[in-house]
Amino acid sequence: MPSLENIANSIHEWLYSTFSPTWAMLIEFAIVGVCIISLFALLGLVLIMMERKVSAWMQLRLGPNRVGPVGMFQTLADTLKLMVKEGMTPNGADKFLFNVAPFIVMIIAMVIMAPLMFAKGLQIWDINIGILFVASVSSVSVIGVLMAGWASNNKYSLLGAMRSGAQIVSYELSAGFAILVIVVLTGDLKISSIVNSQADGWWIFKGHLPVWIAFVIFMIAVTAETNRAPFDLAEAESELTAGFHTEYSGMKFALFFLAEYANIFVVCAIGATLFLGGWQPLHFGTGTKFNEIMDYIPSSVWFIGKTFFLIFIIMWFRWTFPRLRIDQLLNLEWKYLLPISMFNILLVTLIAIMGWHF
Amino acid sequence: MYRETEIVKQPGVGEPDVFGDMVINIGPQHPSTHGVLHLVITLNGETIKKVEPHLGYIHRSIEKMCESLSFRQFIYVTSKMDYLSSHINNHGCCLCVEKGMQIEVPPRAQVIRVLMDELTRLASHQLWWGAGAMDIGALTPFFHAFREREMINDIMEETCGTRLTMNYMVPGGVMADVHPNFQRRVHEFINHFKTKIDEYDELLTGNVIFQNRMKRVGYLSKEDAISYGCTGPTARGSGVNCDIRKLYPYEVYSKLQFDEITETAGDCFARYLVRMKEMRQSLSIVEQLIDNIPEGEVQAKTKAVLKLPKGEYYSRVETARGEFGVYIVSEGGTTPYRIKFRSPGYCNLSALDHMARGGKIGDLVAIMAMIDLVIPDIDR
Repeated sequence: MPSLENIANSIHEWLYSTFSPTWAMLIEFAIVGVCIISLFALLGLVLIMMERKVSAWMQLRLGPNRVGPVGMFQTLADTLKLMVKEGMTPNGADKFLFNVAPFIVMIIAMVIMAPLMFAKGLQIWDINIGILFVASVSSVSVIGVLMAGWASNNKYSLLGAMRSGAQIVSYELSAGFAILVIVVLTGDLKISSIVNSQADGWWIFKGHLPVWIAFVIFMIAVTAETNRAPFDLAEAESELTAGFHTEYSGMKFALFFLAEYANIFVVCAIGATLFLGGWQPLHFGTGTKFNEIMDYIPSSVWFIGKTFFLIFIIMWFRWTFPRLRIDQLLNLEWKYLLPISMFNILLVTLIAIMGWHF
Repeated sequence: MYRETEIVKQPGVGEPDVFGDMVINIGPQHPSTHGVLHLVITLNGETIKKVEPHLGYIHRSIEKMCESLSFRQFIYVTSKMDYLSSHINNHGCCLCVEKGMQIEVPPRAQVIRVLMDELTRLASHQLWWGAGAMDIGALTPFFHAFREREMINDIMEETCGTRLTMNYMVPGGVMADVHPNFQRRVHEFINHFKTKIDEYDELLTGNVIFQNRMKRVGYLSKEDAISYGCTGPTARGSGVNCDIRKLYPYEVYSKLQFDEITETAGDCFARYLVRMKEMRQSLSIVEQLIDNIPEGEVQAKTKAVLKLPKGEYYSRVETARGEFGVYIVSEGGTTPYRIKFRSPGYCNLSALDHMARGGKIGDLVAIMAMIDLVIPDIDR
């Protein structure tokens, strides 16, 4: 059966057998770059469509249904509109920072993709500090947001950026602790070994209470980290009109928008990798008929399915909950989530030492 | 004698303070002001130090306009003031003219008027619920609220011809009899809304985030509510008994069974609860009246040209936002000599600064949402 693993491996081998190692690596860079950029465009289209349909479903509406079958090309039309729009730079703005900020946010969202395992054997860079790399790079994205807010020379933008800074820096902690729970159980930072450790069962099933707690905290923290409702204070539209991207228009605005959805995909992919077994199929017991049927489903489908399930949950949050206030947001993190996750780490360490997990 | 340059300057006088307060203009175009209200807010970080409303962006001098319109015509200008309770505004004006002309309104017309009032109040509160939730950041309730509001608008459209500014009242009754479908459709609405209002509570009232955003926010004491002249749910949330329907009953309100809702907490959540409970009360009023519309005329016989006797007249009604007063000075002619409207929104807005001080920007939005501002009502 042609799987993504075989395709990736055969391309890799063919390149290295045909060209010199330097050229082969450069060509691989180019291929990966093209793939990631097209994945981004695709994600933008699919996730924005999904968001609109999910929100429409929750809000008793139909959602877009004019452009193309069931409105599938609506996002394309919107993108086209944004591309031909004038990308204005306000007079008082810091022109360089203003124009570079959306690209920084975008590039960081792309870089996080590197260690992700999209299917069995399909991974760009299996770095040995994989999950640490993800955690550290994702925290850099706040710089882009701060840059945008500061350079806009707009008080709404500034307030939004400051909120975003406070928020991401705080929620990074509990997200980090939630990730640490799995690292403690696996004993490795490498994404591939985290996924392989779940071959006999996903961590959410075999990790007992601490993993469930970590999963819930992780979902809350990443919702906050991606600036999604109910934590969308950085762009709270009823308070700050559009927050840090108030002054952006045209394609520069679209880049922020796209980066938001790319970030959602990335964090949900990490959630799926850590807690739901990455590309590992659902197994019960050993050697049953059920497991065999599950094995027939390609690993990429498993991974994408789990990721989109988590994305749906995050969208569900957005269209259900009201927004928190900034002090409540920080209270939630520093007074509740952080102590709980610290205690959780102790608990999971105990479990890992005693070998109580499955 | 000092030369001019030697006069010791007081620091900070006459020169802008470089490191001073952060001043932000919220509005005139801003998503949460629901219109062209301009708030100049002074901030210390995220904390509000001062809120200064600047009015007049859509001032249309309605009061002056009314002076050149006849006693039949001026009523319909008031539809454009508080457009969400336009029917109740018209009602107040009609009551004032009827008081001057001493017109007896037939019982059928009275009941129809009250029915329409309460339906308007329901529609207004539904919109408030949806828009208020949207200000807090929950977008879904807006669409749920509109589903029910649409039914009321359809009922209005059938009977009055329009959906928002009904213009259904005339001095001495209502313009025409209700549509034959009226009773059936109101029954449908009642049955539908009775289940959906519980859904409203499930979706928003019990939500922890929502309660945290509402409770202990924008406190207004009973004394302050009275001294600022607040009326309606804003004042009733602070425990002030100010329901005109109970205090000065007009039409058939004195014969109806309903409670005046008051809450004592004085915060945004109290105001929220008052409106939610008021919806149930309005629903019960509609239920009491819909099967008991007396037969008969819908309009008293009046002269074609109304001339109010010389004198001053005042009448008040309870709109969805509070007390709406109409004050007419007549010189005995066909047009009012002077007219003054006491609109609830204006007085309620005056308490905004008091309520918002010390809160966060998010609180200001929540407070504005719970006052339920309609800007044309404030600016007139």
